[in-house]
Amino acid sequence: MDVSPANAWEAMSQPPLRLLRTSWPWRSFGYAMSGALIGALLLGLLTLVVVAVTTTAPYLIVMLVLFLVYVSRPVARFERRRLRLVDFDPAQAGYRRADADSLTGRLAARFIDPATWRELAYAVLFGSALWGVDLVAGLILAGLPMLCLTSVAWVWFTDETWLLALLLFPVGVVLLGAGGLMACAYAGARTMITRALIAPQPSGLQRRVQELTSSRARLVAAFEAERRRIERDLHDGAQQRITALTMALGLAQLDLPEDGPAAAQVAKAQELAGLAMTEIRGLIHGIHPQVLTDRGLAAAVEDLAARSPIPVDVDVSLPGRLPQPVETAAYFVVSEALANVAKHSNASRGCLRARHEAGVLTVRVRDDGTGGADLAAGTGLTGLADRIAVLEGTLELTSPPGGPTALTVEIPCTSTGP
Amino acid sequence: MHLDRPLTVVLAEDDALLREGLVTLLERFGHRVAAAVRDAPALRAAVRDLTPDALVTDVRMPPDMTDDGLRAAVELRAEHPGLPVLVLSQYVQHTYAAELLNSGDGRAVGYLLKDRVGNAREFAEALVRVAGGGTVVDPEVVRQLLRRRENPLQRLTQREREVLELMAQGKTNAAISRGLFVTEAAVAKHIGGIFLKLDLTPGGDDHRRVLAVLAYLYSQGSD
Repeated sequence: MDVSPANAWEAMSQPPLRLLRTSWPWRSFGYAMSGALIGALLLGLLTLVVVAVTTTAPYLIVMLVLFLVYVSRPVARFERRRLRLVDFDPAQAGYRRADADSLTGRLAARFIDPATWRELAYAVLFGSALWGVDLVAGLILAGLPMLCLTSVAWVWFTDETWLLALLLFPVGVVLLGAGGLMACAYAGARTMITRALIAPQPSGLQRRVQELTSSRARLVAAFEAERRRIERDLHDGAQQRITALTMALGLAQLDLPEDGPAAAQVAKAQELAGLAMTEIRGLIHGIHPQVLTDRGLAAAVEDLAARSPIPVDVDVSLPGRLPQPVETAAYFVVSEALANVAKHSNASRGCLRARHEAGVLTVRVRDDGTGGADLAAGTGLTGLADRIAVLEGTLELTSPPGGPTALTVEIPCTSTGP
Repeated sequence: MHLDRPLTVVLAEDDALLREGLVTLLERFGHRVAAAVRDAPALRAAVRDLTPDALVTDVRMPPDMTDDGLRAAVELRAEHPGLPVLVLSQYVQHTYAAELLNSGDGRAVGYLLKDRVGNAREFAEALVRVAGGGTVVDPEVVRQLLRRRENPLQRLTQREREVLELMAQGKTNAAISRGLFVTEAAVAKHIGGIFLKLDLTPGGDDHRRVLAVLAYLYSQGSD
């Protein structure tokens, strides 16, 4: 099986002659030379700023650190992108998330994040030394062979003999090949330095958390896909068959003498088929309501409120459609919440409110009942809280003894056009 | 209101067995099925080419397997004003019924649960009523709406609600009086009460009948 290498190191496992026919050596040269160019520019910029500050306003030296911190992040971002020349594995910055979404919260998070200081170290290292190494590597590995290969041209302008030129040309060919291989090795080593500082591999535990998070999301998605498949199979299969059955019975009735014993039996069969249809319709609606797919969350929860045996005030304003997993999760939360209101709350009325504001869907179900509801008390809400968590949302229940009970779900998501 | 002549019908249903059954049923009552199609594009083409007397369609069908049939029906009613449409649905869903009733002036439309095909005679009658300009809404859907609270319909008495439910099925005053075992005069009185409580000003009585049915469907949908 031919698996294309993901980085320069892996590329080097191929036989040298085959490697030289790929684009790896060229991209490795490119990586080194672009590094030299960008690093030199960075050095120029930093020198300019440092000189300007120290000569004109030395007391701003503290600000300089702040400046460096803020300049190192776009540099690191650019460098992670430049990695893709010779390294296709994803490069994650691995920033910590801010706890509070305020200016001070973000500032604090930025300054206690080790990633910030690693990026600063990289920017300084890159601007001071690494670009020089890049330059030297590029010049030796690509420049020397080029010098030999073009020997014919410079012999023309000097007094050297043609013999020297003829000797140098094959040396240039060999050097170019060797240089290509070494360039790959250099790029491999150089990306390791970059990765170590600005794209650290997650630790074992972090990686495990990432894997678990994504596998949980996959499980929920698979679970939902399965529900839809069951719904589809029931609709296309059993439901249509029973409809056809009841229709066939109806046609048979037309031909039977109306007061004969057969007519009574067929009528009985008809009634049973009708019951089966009602049941299967309820079942399908419970598995995945069609109106949710067709008309979205607003129509579907209004429908739920309409079906509730306890009067529910509906205040829903959701223009457009939300991502399907969000709509489904929110729908089943409302469904469960309204069922709980009807069953356990002793409420005389409920209230359903839904909004999508500032990138967050907020759904709240309240009632004027006696309270005392508990998430842990084995209601269906625990499972739903897990589903909300997969979507990085939250589910909150407040239900003091004596009431009222309020259930709030918040899910970050974007709305698509109506 | 009732038609004696046989109807030319276009039928759309994606399940082959049901499609065949419906053709048999319609032909049994003397109607002619001009086309029996299995998806929404074919349905649109058939109605445009054949200009039938009535359209009978399922809700969920290809190509999207969502509410393609219903959307096609609403579009076709915009293109051919007054085209009688009877939708057969597996969903007790007032949203769908309301969209259908809102197409055109709410006349010559029907929204029935598929269960109703079991009673062949009633189904055939419903189709004839729709083709004759009547409005038919499945009792199950009407019941779902009547369960809603805080609704102008709550002001109605039990008897008035029963009358309205029968009106929504497209029944005439005479038929309602038979169904509820009251005199026609009593039915007229109840209907007057319904119009009053739903704030429907006097005008053509037939028009107010449709508005009363629409009131079911919109009293909650608009809040």
